[in-house]
Amino acid sequence: MQDNIKISEFSRETLDLVNRIINRYPKGREKSALLPLLHIAQSENNGWLSPEMMDYVASLLKIESIEVYEVASFYSMFNLKPVGNCVIEVCQTGPCWLRGAENILAHFEAKLGIKPGETTQDGKFTLKTVECLAACGNGPVIQVGKEYHENLTTNKADELLEKWKRENKISHTNPYL
Amino acid sequence: MATQILLKNIDVPGLAGFQVYRNLGGYTAVEKALKTLTPDEVTDEVKKSGLKGRGGAGFPTGMKWGFIDKQSGKDRYLVCNYDESEPGTFKDRHIGTLNPHQLIEGMILGSYALGAKTAYIYIRGELFYVLNIIEKAIQEAYNNGYLGQNILGSGYSLDLYCHPGAGAYICGEETALLESLEGKRGNPRIKPPFPAIVGLYGCPTVVNNVETIATLPWIINNGSDAYAAIGVGNSKGTKLISACGHINKPGIYEIELGLPVEEFIFSDEYCGGIRDGNKLKAVVAGGSSVPILPAELILKTAAGQPRLMSYESLSEGGFQTGTMLGSGGFIVMDHTTCIVKNLLTFARFYRHESCGQCSPCREGTSWMEKILTRIENGQGTTKDIDLLVDISKHVEGNTICPLGDAAAWPVASAIRHFREEFEEHIKLQKCPF
Ligand SMILES: Cc1cc2nc3c(=O)[nH]c(=O)nc-3n(C[C@H](O)[C@H](O)[C@H](O)COP(=O)(O)O)c2cc1C
Ligand code: SF4
Ligand code: FES
Repeated sequence: MQDNIKISEFSRETLDLVNRIINRYPKGREKSALLPLLHIAQSENNGWLSPEMMDYVASLLKIESIEVYEVASFYSMFNLKPVGNCVIEVCQTGPCWLRGAENILAHFEAKLGIKPGETTQDGKFTLKTVECLAACGNGPVIQVGKEYHENLTTNKADELLEKWKRENKISHTNPYL
Repeated sequence: MATQILLKNIDVPGLAGFQVYRNLGGYTAVEKALKTLTPDEVTDEVKKSGLKGRGGAGFPTGMKWGFIDKQSGKDRYLVCNYDESEPGTFKDRHIGTLNPHQLIEGMILGSYALGAKTAYIYIRGELFYVLNIIEKAIQEAYNNGYLGQNILGSGYSLDLYCHPGAGAYICGEETALLESLEGKRGNPRIKPPFPAIVGLYGCPTVVNNVETIATLPWIINNGSDAYAAIGVGNSKGTKLISACGHINKPGIYEIELGLPVEEFIFSDEYCGGIRDGNKLKAVVAGGSSVPILPAELILKTAAGQPRLMSYESLSEGGFQTGTMLGSGGFIVMDHTTCIVKNLLTFARFYRHESCGQCSPCREGTSWMEKILTRIENGQGTTKDIDLLVDISKHVEGNTICPLGDAAAWPVASAIRHFREEFEEHIKLQKCPF
């Protein structure tokens, strides 16, 4: 976990991607690119949006910082506080609950020693509860970065945790790449 | 075997690639439309087919297209609603992942009919990996001359882009979706004006669901009469049903509208019956927002007729004894299920997803969750049940967008059909399950 990262500009490569995205919207409507850019910004900032990062996004789109803050705070995928390297999101809505989501959540809580919304001391894992991920037939479902893991069992959860520990899993990667 | 329009080739390896899709007859509808039909003729075909929007509201697609303002001189837009966030609904993910070109072909047909030069697919942010698949397919369509300038030499040009959301169920509501696409918070707009007049960037816009759009190539290839010949009554064609919960075979099924509910739940071709030989207790037939029905009423109408999977049959009896087809999110519960707890997860969902603009929805969803938590934990009183009914009545119909209704209906219907289960929680001062 790192919370005082210095905002430098995006790389040349990322800026190319940003410009390609901005060009998808009509002239004068660059603000439309805000959500895609915030996804990219979050991935470049250890998985969360710092005020500095949001200011930088505002400057790229030539809009006011407040326009970025009010949007970032509306959408649940944006983290406004630092998170662990690997964010585990457990679906808790009805269909997943019917298929044992509560057990899965309890299992992650016990294994990691944290509650939803918390990060392990070593900064490796954050646990989050989320609402329906549109994979209800295969519940319980969890999401980690872009990956879905479905039909989860406690055994599968253990295997995944082991694997993520081994490879120092980082869940926030640029979603376009 | 029922006619398959959306899932026909879904198991063909490599279907997501242009060449495989093309070899199976893909993009012939675009060729037919651009070379032999005017935009208005395409709209007429869709009107005559009887296709209704598959996003949940079931509004006739051709009629919606007919409202688009073609006189304003402004640009027009087609926007695909790929927000898929209604609990129990997981059908659109399937199309984009395995058959993205059918969606793209549908987008070209719809855009051509509406005279749109730019179209967007708004896809929920959690499904970014699906967005990646669709973007790759879009690139292939450009490379093969089905997108971009002067498509197939017809003089018609179209640009198509994907746009990610970022976690907000309310952005599935079409005007909230447009706000979100403009880079704002997903606050629904007051209607009218409807998007067909004032939509994206103030321009005439049609918003359609993924399944609706992916059906268009079949209609153009086979004709509106062939489509209208499938189904029953005013429920034409096929529908994807995503079935989940306590069934033996959860999954996505394409049914011809009019299939008996009993057959859908119990036959091996579909859900394969209830797990562990358990008894069917209740079904939420069209996504979390529609009224829950107990086993007797989902299998048969109050009049004793077999209930069918169709818009008319599922809503027969109104909200007293019926429900809605909705988005086709079919949630099945067996006799071990606590109806109160299931409802509580929905109440939490709606409280979490309310955009907060109108107080009946913002406050009402929050109160409903609080009271249900109390009841589920054995701290409720008899008055709480009536209070819940009262709150749901004050929310319903008093809000800017239908999320308020969507939050109220599950509560009202669960109490209507399962009141004794709420009472038992209160009497025992704990959850009986
Ligand atoms: C709260 C709310 C959420 C909605 N979510 C979705 C959704 O995820 N996908 C969808 O296609 N329609 C959704 N709708 C319906 C849309 O507003 C709109 O009716 C639909 O996209 C129109 O497409 P169709 O005519 O093809 O069905 C939602 C509506 C409401 C009120
Ligand atoms: S009904 Fe709820 S979600 Fe819809 S506009 Fe009002 S507060 Fe927002
Ligand atoms: S309820 Fe978990 S994916 Fe839908």
